[in-house]
Amino acid sequence: MTLDAFLGHFNYWVFAILLMIGFYAVIAKGNLIKKLVGLSIFQSAVFLMYISMSKVEGGTAPILQAGAVDPIYSNPLPQVLILTAIVVGVATLSLGLAIVVRINERYGSIEERELLDAD
Amino acid sequence: MTIVFALFLLTLLVVTALAIVRTKNLFIATMLLSIFSLLMAVNFFILDAADVALTEAAVGAGVTTVIFLSALRLTSQYERGSLASSRWIAVIVVVTTTVLLISGTINTPNLGDPNAPVHQHVAPFYLENTEALMGFPNVVTAVLSSFRGYDTLGEVFVVFIAAVGVMFILDARQGTGPEYELRVEKGLKHHLIPRAVGGLLIPFMLLFGLYVQFHGEYGPGGGFQAGAIVATAFILHAILEGERTALKAFSRNAQMALIIGGSTLYGAVGVVCMLKGGTFLDYSVLMEDPVTARQVGIIIIELGVGMAVCGALLSIFHSFAARKPVAQAK
Repeated sequence: MTLDAFLGHFNYWVFAILLMIGFYAVIAKGNLIKKLVGLSIFQSAVFLMYISMSKVEGGTAPILQAGAVDPIYSNPLPQVLILTAIVVGVATLSLGLAIVVRINERYGSIEERELLDAD
Repeated sequence: MTIVFALFLLTLLVVTALAIVRTKNLFIATMLLSIFSLLMAVNFFILDAADVALTEAAVGAGVTTVIFLSALRLTSQYERGSLASSRWIAVIVVVTTTVLLISGTINTPNLGDPNAPVHQHVAPFYLENTEALMGFPNVVTAVLSSFRGYDTLGEVFVVFIAAVGVMFILDARQGTGPEYELRVEKGLKHHLIPRAVGGLLIPFMLLFGLYVQFHGEYGPGGGFQAGAIVATAFILHAILEGERTALKAFSRNAQMALIIGGSTLYGAVGVVCMLKGGTFLDYSVLMEDPVTARQVGIIIIELGVGMAVCGALLSIFHSFAARKPVAQAK
């Protein structure tokens, strides 16, 4: 594997690793808040993949510059999708946390094992 | 040089993520998640996504951390061990999927390849026509508020629904028995340094929020970032001065009015466009000159987005902050 291919794919490998670290927290951890933390990491990994795809070599942020000779801009579309997804992400995350808080009030625990025993 | 920095940052992201998953202390996990978001924001900036970096820094590192912390206050700070039986199955699943995902990237185009399929579709159209159609340089704002205005309207409604959902779940009446501890209503009033520094910061945060809101067409920024920054300023005020003072300054009704007003403003612009003979969210019919009309339409809907996001984040924060923790029996 050449250095070029390594550098060209490193972002995607980090995406895959982060995605699976988050997924591991979701499936292997019993604590409900820890699961949501894992879900945030999972989500951030997807953001990283989209933004990596939007990059163009030698490009700059897609804000047009007057008088630039042959300017190269990165792709604005994935950036727009992720920009809105971040804000929606925090809103849905707090919905999840709100449900966890109510579960804790009802059962006195947020550990999956104890919740299953209590039912 | 940038490439070395990028490699270093990406490696640091993986290390932070591993530390987050390993720690049993949820407070530490939350703080590390904040650092993770900040690193992610720097990464986005290196990858030319200035608008996204701004959003991630304000929302990921700021608001998310505060909401996690207020949820921890209502639950517990320590994790009591994982499900031991399923642990090895989980490791096997995760490692297999990682290998599959990485092998899937082998034939994808390199990072930054200008001939990658993703750059051949609609993006060139956006880059070529933004200047002529909108008359301002930030293509991200143009795509967000005009070319793909329907999407953004949908996102604003999702944020709206999530805020209302949190309100329904957490604002329900609580019991008043002895199992509910007395809430400390003081905020950080007894700490001199946070109060002095915070008091100095808040006006500038609000000013910066308004700048990001109204300069979003010309530089990185827009309604989503501005809403988050202004909400952060008010949340800082609430942390410093305590819940009661904060709600006196910015009541729950005012927050609700911001959410509803913002989303309605966005939708109303679309309806006005229809009444003027155009299609939904086609701003060009609003005025005589289509370019000016689009600018006016975009400024109004960005304001709507900013109001809705700011109101929603504040309302979510106060839903968590106003709830009393239950005294743990165990």
